[in-house]
Amino acid sequence: MTPLARGGAVGAALVAAMVVPLATPSPYALSIVTLTLLYGYLALSWNIIGGIGGQLSLGHAAYFGIGGYASTLLFVQFGVSPWFGMFAGAALAALAAALIGYPCFRLRGAYFALATLAAAMILKIAVENSHGLLGGPRGLEVTLLRDAPLQFQHTRKEFYYAVVVVMLTIALSINYLLLRSRLGFHLVAIRNDQDAALALGIDITRSKLAAAMLSAALTAAGGTFYAQFVMFISPDKVLSANLSVQIAVMCIVGGRGTVFGPLLGALLLLPAEEIARRALGGIVGADMMLYGLLLMIVMRREPRGVQRILRDLWNRTGAPRSVNAG
Amino acid sequence: MSALLEVRRLAKQFGGLSAVEDVSFAVETGEIVGLIGPNGAGKTTLFEMASGFQRPTRGEIWFDGTRIDRLSTPAICARGLARTFQIVRPFGDMTVLDNVIVGAFMRAPSPKMARAHAATILAQVHLAGRCDQVARTLTLADRKRLEMAKALATGPKLVLLDEVMAGLTRVETDEIMEIVRALPRAGVTILMVEHNMHAVMGLSDRVIVIHHGRKIGEGSPAQIAENPAVVAAYLGGRDDADA
Ligand SMILES: Nc1ncnc2c1ncn2[C@@H]1O[C@H](COP(=O)(O)OP(=O)(O)OP(=O)(O)O)[C@@H](O)[C@H]1O
Ligand SMILES: [Mg+2]
Repeated sequence: MTPLARGGAVGAALVAAMVVPLATPSPYALSIVTLTLLYGYLALSWNIIGGIGGQLSLGHAAYFGIGGYASTLLFVQFGVSPWFGMFAGAALAALAAALIGYPCFRLRGAYFALATLAAAMILKIAVENSHGLLGGPRGLEVTLLRDAPLQFQHTRKEFYYAVVVVMLTIALSINYLLLRSRLGFHLVAIRNDQDAALALGIDITRSKLAAAMLSAALTAAGGTFYAQFVMFISPDKVLSANLSVQIAVMCIVGGRGTVFGPLLGALLLLPAEEIARRALGGIVGADMMLYGLLLMIVMRREPRGVQRILRDLWNRTGAPRSVNAG
Repeated sequence: MSALLEVRRLAKQFGGLSAVEDVSFAVETGEIVGLIGPNGAGKTTLFEMASGFQRPTRGEIWFDGTRIDRLSTPAICARGLARTFQIVRPFGDMTVLDNVIVGAFMRAPSPKMARAHAATILAQVHLAGRCDQVARTLTLADRKRLEMAKALATGPKLVLLDEVMAGLTRVETDEIMEIVRALPRAGVTILMVEHNMHAVMGLSDRVIVIHHGRKIGEGSPAQIAENPAVVAAYLGGRDDADA
């Protein structure tokens, strides 16, 4: 099977899989599925700068929070539909990514990760201290209108499920197209060897900036979705360092820099986390321990992630081996 | 007509160390020029300055009518001056073809055209059979070819080749020599650093010799072989008897 045909087969299987959860009678189960897909969407957004571009951001909660707060504030203060607020949040997050990225891109490896982590922490503390406008540590509630799809809310969970499937499809398409574009080739080259990329005429800062802004904008749209889905946001939910780490780990475990890896990571880790939470009950930080453990296991076995492990299995059992790494 | 590349009284100091000192030379369009000198002579440092990776301490570099010694590396590459690295730097995760596509995007307006151009370049360096191989897994000889292919894919007028034959067998060296010899006809001028005397003497129209950062000789391969200062530098320095 050619890589394209195989991609098509995987895509078709995914679409089929997406119809199945609608048959579930339990709103709770559908909520879990919706959240899982939201994380898949976030991991795919992170993948653009963290996976394809290889710049380990540990501050993506900042963009998620910016998206949630921007649309919610515009909605409760000025009555702007969160559908529009989503774009405002995305633009704001892209701007923030440029402001954080520009001075930090010269930093390599762990220093870049630490700088993004610090930037997100500063934002969290600032929001926690802005009692008037942003509600401080208690957060903001989205005004309840019940069934108002034009205001991005509905009492039926199927509404959110449909929206997240569309968002996920968009994120998958963007990653797919990016990997085949000039910017995508530049990013992968930068991830491999910055000096060699420079020698081939690549403007490193501009490429990283473009990737970081796109990644942040998509992440922010996820933040708006989350605010509408839960109808409530607070700094500890949408701006926490844990969230930043979760997103990055999902992408890395699944397979950074690939199209389906980040989604795969979310499909594996979120249900695992949910099961662990039930089994272990009240142990604080059990979810983070699980993330650390799974990260260690997968990275020891195959640094390119679970998608690579599955792919090797597929190649061994089925179709003639393809050496194309695309 | 003015030279394609002109280096004027160029100097580079690293702290107290004078790596390049008062070096001037020119390369004309269509030439193959060899740059030789013992280890640590300053050859790579010259390339680093010409490609924008290092700023000269003194002096000027002119390329194709513009002064380039204050330009960024991508800007120099865009003007048509490309380089290879002495220690090759493939994009290890990517396939051979994808490596070269990265360079081809310098001029190609679309991914499709970049791919087509990259395929042409790979055929030129006899690497077409390895298109789908992941670059990390290549042999040294193939890595050297890939290094050249990446630079050539950017559509340069001048390529600086830094020891693309080092560490290769005689047969592999001869293959690369054939590739280099064909480049001027394809519109690519060559300035190459090489320790392999068989290759330098066989390929170069002109040879420039530097020693301890200074230019100590320049001329045809035959003239250089008989130049007493050059012979002294080599007898006192590196043993290239095998070449
Ligand atoms: N970045 C640097 N910082 C300090 N010293 C350097 C640097 N780069 C080169 N040098 C020194 O400058 C001198 C010239 O080095 P260069 O690499 O240009 O030599 P070369 O002629 O290319 O030698 P070789 O044939 O071994 O490749 C050497 O003494 C080297 O140690
Ligand atoms: Mg050198």
